[in-house]
Amino acid sequence: MISRHPFSVVLVALSVVLLAPACKKSQTADSAASGATVSGNVIKIGEVGSMTGSEATFGISTHNGIMLAVKQLNAAGGIAGKKVEVVSLDDQGKPEEAAVAMNKLINQDKVIAILGEVASSRSLAMAPIAQTHKIPMISPSSTNPKVTEQGDYIFRVCFIDPFQGTVMAKFAWESLKAKKVAILRDVKNDYSVGLADYFAETFKKLGGEIVIDQSYSAGDMDFKSQLTAIRSKNPEAIFVPGYYTEVGLISIQAKGLGLTAPLLGGDGWDSPKLTEIGGDSINGSYFANHYSTEDNSPEVQKFIKEYKEMFGVVPDGLAAMGYDAALVLFDAMKRSPQLTTPQIRDAIAATQKFKAVTGLISMDAKRNPVKSAVVLKIEKKSFKYQTTINPT
Amino acid sequence: MTELIQHLINGLSLGSIYALIALGYTMVFGILQLINFAHGDVYMLGAFIGMYFARVTGAAENPSVFNLLATLLVAMVGCALAGFLIERFAYRPLRRAPRINVLITAVGVSLFLEFAGQLGFGSDPKFFPQVYQPTVDWSMGDIKINPLQVIVFAISIVLMAGLQFLIFKTRTGRAMRAASFNHDLASLMGIPTDRVISLTFMAGSALAGAAGVLVGMIYPKIEPLMGVMPGLKAFVSAVLGGIGNITGAVVGAITLGLAEEFLVGYWAPTFRDALAFGLLILILLFKPTGLFGVHKSEKV
Repeated sequence: MISRHPFSVVLVALSVVLLAPACKKSQTADSAASGATVSGNVIKIGEVGSMTGSEATFGISTHNGIMLAVKQLNAAGGIAGKKVEVVSLDDQGKPEEAAVAMNKLINQDKVIAILGEVASSRSLAMAPIAQTHKIPMISPSSTNPKVTEQGDYIFRVCFIDPFQGTVMAKFAWESLKAKKVAILRDVKNDYSVGLADYFAETFKKLGGEIVIDQSYSAGDMDFKSQLTAIRSKNPEAIFVPGYYTEVGLISIQAKGLGLTAPLLGGDGWDSPKLTEIGGDSINGSYFANHYSTEDNSPEVQKFIKEYKEMFGVVPDGLAAMGYDAALVLFDAMKRSPQLTTPQIRDAIAATQKFKAVTGLISMDAKRNPVKSAVVLKIEKKSFKYQTTINPT
Repeated sequence: MTELIQHLINGLSLGSIYALIALGYTMVFGILQLINFAHGDVYMLGAFIGMYFARVTGAAENPSVFNLLATLLVAMVGCALAGFLIERFAYRPLRRAPRINVLITAVGVSLFLEFAGQLGFGSDPKFFPQVYQPTVDWSMGDIKINPLQVIVFAISIVLMAGLQFLIFKTRTGRAMRAASFNHDLASLMGIPTDRVISLTFMAGSALAGAAGVLVGMIYPKIEPLMGVMPGLKAFVSAVLGGIGNITGAVVGAITLGLAEEFLVGYWAPTFRDALAFGLLILILLFKPTGLFGVHKSEKV
């Protein structure tokens, strides 16, 4: 049939163009399932992140952190004389796109390791794919425990939700002396639900009371009804473990309703957009994070200086996590002689007391690092260091 | 008791925002029998036009009523222009095509605006500059009222009355009503139907632009996909009130706003969106003409 429509001609042309490299690739494809190896002088690793979408600052910061680590590594000669190249794909902040990106990285780009994602919901979509193809994956900052439970090829370099929830519960009880706390969680978000659950558990164990547990869905813009319900219970603090996208609006509406209790949160708050949107309303709130820029250790200050030189801004916590994830991966690669994927996996699992920007990283049996968290206070658009809470 | 009154105020304020968007939906439907799915995205455009205007002119630095009005005006004119272009290039060529084609085109225009917006404005959330800072406080003890909420409510009522006047008391309105009955016959009577339809689109889009700015003032986080959910909610409001009916759109929107507020405040916060669409299904099943709609037999 001869097509009359100009569109179908375009479509045919497009599919030819798109399929051509895929066919070529599949002819030379070696056994991905049994562990890919490196050929040539370049080591390809993959990165999946939310470079666009409403949580774009997460993906961009992480990406910058990774690029700084790669630049430093290649300047110092790479790994066994081979340069590292990162193939970065954008998932637009959607779990389904993250899965698509994973398949492309593994099957088309033939990467031997993957860095990503920030959000737990997206890492959970990616992890089973990495596990099936036996490609090591390191999530820089997905804190939901389920992420690394997907299989023995999945790692992370950040602390996990039980710890983050515990940190804020301890902080509310011990430092803020709060007895009655309200929770406002994002039910659409695995991360937020996890944090809220662990916070409630620890806070009750310490002797505190959760006076009300309200929820919203990511993307909502009106929280006044939940906040009005919370206000009627007079809490001394409100735990809002969501992302910065909604927390800014929540803080404005809370102040508008006359709520003066401080808001508490987790590392999902870590973005300059939080204070831009929240303005004065967010002042006096606290959140748990991976590191503080006020930390005077030489590793941290060196990282901040070099990051600033490369990107012109002060790195946020997620940039530091991206940088650390890349460092841990490169360290493991240097310790694997043939650079096969099972070797890299074993080397990552064997990481002990690795000095990273966000603290010492030692992988435990569940492929989670054991490390401390800091609590930051928001004051006039900046994040002030309050305290460090260590794992027990 | 204070809690109940606070919920009532919150619900009215939310409802009046839906009303502003629903008015444009219902207007276009009234004339063209077209559900303009791109309407929610025109509202998004309005918010961004307002934001860029306020940034460029520095209106954010010295908030005043004048700056608010100027920002509103610019956003309304910008959106009216966008509405004109959308109608001229996306819908007018399909005037003689089956209605379903136009509907699909509307979905296409909506997606186009959403993704062009992500490309042009960037997809990360932006802060909407506060071009007006209320100086008065109308709170009564624990019952907090933001003057902006009252302004939005008043504006939606005034616009509703204005539209009612435009459609039922002016020559243009009579032309619009004539065109809505029968395009061909109206044009035979010397009514420039194309111009009337353009005008309807521009008026509807200007309303959406105003809504974009006002919402930006109350919820200062704007992003290219911000129009999707409010657009759908406004559509539900319009159907609830009887699509094509001006008063119905406002009543439907306020009903929906109050229903959402009380549902979230007293019962199940996660059912907020389910409520709107559940309501839509119920209305379509049991009273497809909506609360204020008149039954009209129609070929589809």
